[in-house]
Amino acid sequence: METNTKISIRNLYKSFGKKHVLNGVDLDIEKGQSLVVIGGSGTGKSVLIKCIQGLLTPDAGSIKIDGEETVGTKGKNLKDMHAKMGMLFQGGALFDSLTVWENVAFSLLENQKIDRASAKVEAVRVLRQVGLAPDVADLAPSELSGGMQKRVGLARAVITKPEIIFFDEPTTGLDPIMADVINDLIVESAKGLGATTLTITHDMASARKIADKVAMLYEGKIIWQGTVKEMDKTDNPYVCQFINGCARGPIKMDV
Amino acid sequence: MMRAHKFENFLRSLGKPLVQFVIRFGELMQFVLQALYHCFTPPYYGKNFLRQLLDMGFYSLPVVGLTTIFAGMVIALQSYSGFARFGAEKAIASVVLISVTRELAPVLSALMVAGRIGAAMAAEIGTMRVTEQIDALVTLSTNPFKYLVAPRIWSGVIVLPLLVLIGDVIGIFGGYVVGVYKLGFNPANYINSTLEDMEALNIISGLVKAAVFGFIIAVMGCYNGYRSRGGAQGVGEATTNAVVSASILILIFNYIITEIFFSK
Repeated sequence: METNTKISIRNLYKSFGKKHVLNGVDLDIEKGQSLVVIGGSGTGKSVLIKCIQGLLTPDAGSIKIDGEETVGTKGKNLKDMHAKMGMLFQGGALFDSLTVWENVAFSLLENQKIDRASAKVEAVRVLRQVGLAPDVADLAPSELSGGMQKRVGLARAVITKPEIIFFDEPTTGLDPIMADVINDLIVESAKGLGATTLTITHDMASARKIADKVAMLYEGKIIWQGTVKEMDKTDNPYVCQFINGCARGPIKMDV
Repeated sequence: MMRAHKFENFLRSLGKPLVQFVIRFGELMQFVLQALYHCFTPPYYGKNFLRQLLDMGFYSLPVVGLTTIFAGMVIALQSYSGFARFGAEKAIASVVLISVTRELAPVLSALMVAGRIGAAMAAEIGTMRVTEQIDALVTLSTNPFKYLVAPRIWSGVIVLPLLVLIGDVIGIFGGYVVGVYKLGFNPANYINSTLEDMEALNIISGLVKAAVFGFIIAVMGCYNGYRSRGGAQGVGEATTNAVVSASILILIFNYIITEIFFSK
């Protein structure tokens, strides 16, 4: 088998009741590559990411990470799989019962059993990397602004130096400048770690900045993929409509 | 033909809620088994357990104290007006003792804690669910059952009996206060009658009830929070369900345990 593929998805199906969300997704992500999946709201982008992480079990299909089947992984193996992954959630998903640094150092404290003092030093170091001052460390997540919460979420996702990082709409809810700052941080930290990343977004500015490769999800299938350059030149009517944000076109919105 | 159709509709309207009930019950049982499994397998999160212990135990003391003292007082008053006045002293001490330790302290404390803590559990875990914090736990290689559910169940099973033990003392004291200061009984005689009737079975059955109620409160709080969907409204629903279902189950199991202990 070719060795360069990090994540390989074949024929992935997932439905909720009568609603078919994923309808046979095929997607490959190469090692160290940054893939951005674009698509409208409710097209199953989040479901895709959750299936890869084992948070949802697909109805059918295969997901291989480093050539190993991960669908149906449980217990210890699932834990090992998650140890290789980091995730930045859309709303940050910081634990409100813990301080900022305890959030960032969660894996170090709970899984690697590193003592609190050195875990805090490491957390503060990573917080600085994402542009947060050390005095933020002892605050509660609820005391932070949206942009700062995203940064803390990013710090928590990268502190274990994961091989794969997922970004769920990293710029949603941020002003354009803060969005760009977060985009820069994402690119920086992913390149710094040499990590493979999968981002889902409908923010095209963000997609252009982060992506090595773009894939478009529509009606539960990947209908187009290519580089950013190819995206700008493509005559695929779906992609054109989406990246230019036109109400007219083949994509019909349910309103 | 028309009639057959109507009959089918009728059957369907009966069957649908039944099927839904069976599904819900199955989900709950699956949740309970999973929770129990994770209660007995490491890793254990001691800090979370201690936090729950404090929330559920220490901060519930005022509520439990107030509930049981007035329960004890009212029982003394009611039984005095109901019993023959002759020899009331002994009878009332005994009635207060038995009703407080067997029934009032466990049931009332559990209902109060269900309202206070069951609701808080459902709201907290429900919010964690809808803000993806539970997903975040999983991606950080932490099992939410071990991290969130097990500490709450352990704390419920351990804390409720302790609360009830304290409630027993306070409730009996409430009866004593009314007996001595309002009804004019002799304090020494009242205490003596209470001690004479003190039986291990009364106290133990109350404590067993308390442990079961603590389990019910924690499980219903966690289960309803865990499966909540759809933002603030979903969390609100989960909170209501947690309290209502826990309260009903407490009353049902109260009967069952009483049956086991006291029916011959």
